[in-house]
Amino acid sequence: MAVRIEIGPELVTAYLGGEIDHHSAQLMRREIDHTLLVDKPPALVLDFKDVTFMDSSGIGLVMGRYRLMQELGGEVRVTNVSSHIRKVMRLSGLDKLAVLSK
Amino acid sequence: MEQQNEMKLSFPSRSANEGFARVAVAAFLAQLDPTVEELADIKTAVSEAVTNCIVHGYRDSVGTIWVEAKIFEERRVTVKIRDRGIGIPDIRQAMEPMFTTCESGERAGLGFAVMQSFMDKVRVTSRVGRGTAVTLEKRLSERSGKGA
Repeated sequence: MAVRIEIGPELVTAYLGGEIDHHSAQLMRREIDHTLLVDKPPALVLDFKDVTFMDSSGIGLVMGRYRLMQELGGEVRVTNVSSHIRKVMRLSGLDKLAVLSK
Repeated sequence: MEQQNEMKLSFPSRSANEGFARVAVAAFLAQLDPTVEELADIKTAVSEAVTNCIVHGYRDSVGTIWVEAKIFEERRVTVKIRDRGIGIPDIRQAMEPMFTTCESGERAGLGFAVMQSFMDKVRVTSRVGRGTAVTLEKRLSERSGKGA
């Protein structure tokens, strides 16, 4: 499974895994959005700990969820980002948009 | 530049092949013993170029994508990714960061920006209705003690 979702009282955590590209991001997006629309949590955490590769599709994935969470009145936190993923995210200025913690 | 080795691939523009393409290129370049970072940079750039062929070049159809990787002297590598899709009417505009023709809001429009920042050189040639070719070039760092 490319994404495992944990639903808590205060937040939803999506543990992403494997390689994030245009192919896999579509599946991850579907899973996450389904939970967000049903649960409407105040915060979404995207955990990148088990992500081994990411191209700019990962940026689209975060941006899209950021937008959806804004509509729902919540926030997005991005966590456990490796140096490679950080490098991709920096290109987009995403490191300023979402709360990026190590 | 004297060419030392090369490989060619072709596959249908199905998104499941994005991973195959970048891993195949990385496997070919393993003979140069690149650093983990160099390999990640090249894989990411290849992934962007192949995704462009699938999402833009062939859009709602399936066509063939060609990938050609070459190794030259002084640890220079080139990877050419080519399609016979719709082509790009305005290459300069297409390469602008955040420019995207995708309306779903799920594409960041950063494909070319990633390629340009992760590779030394990106060359794009395109003809509307004929297709697009992207050539990525990078010179790998010298690694002491380990010869290519």
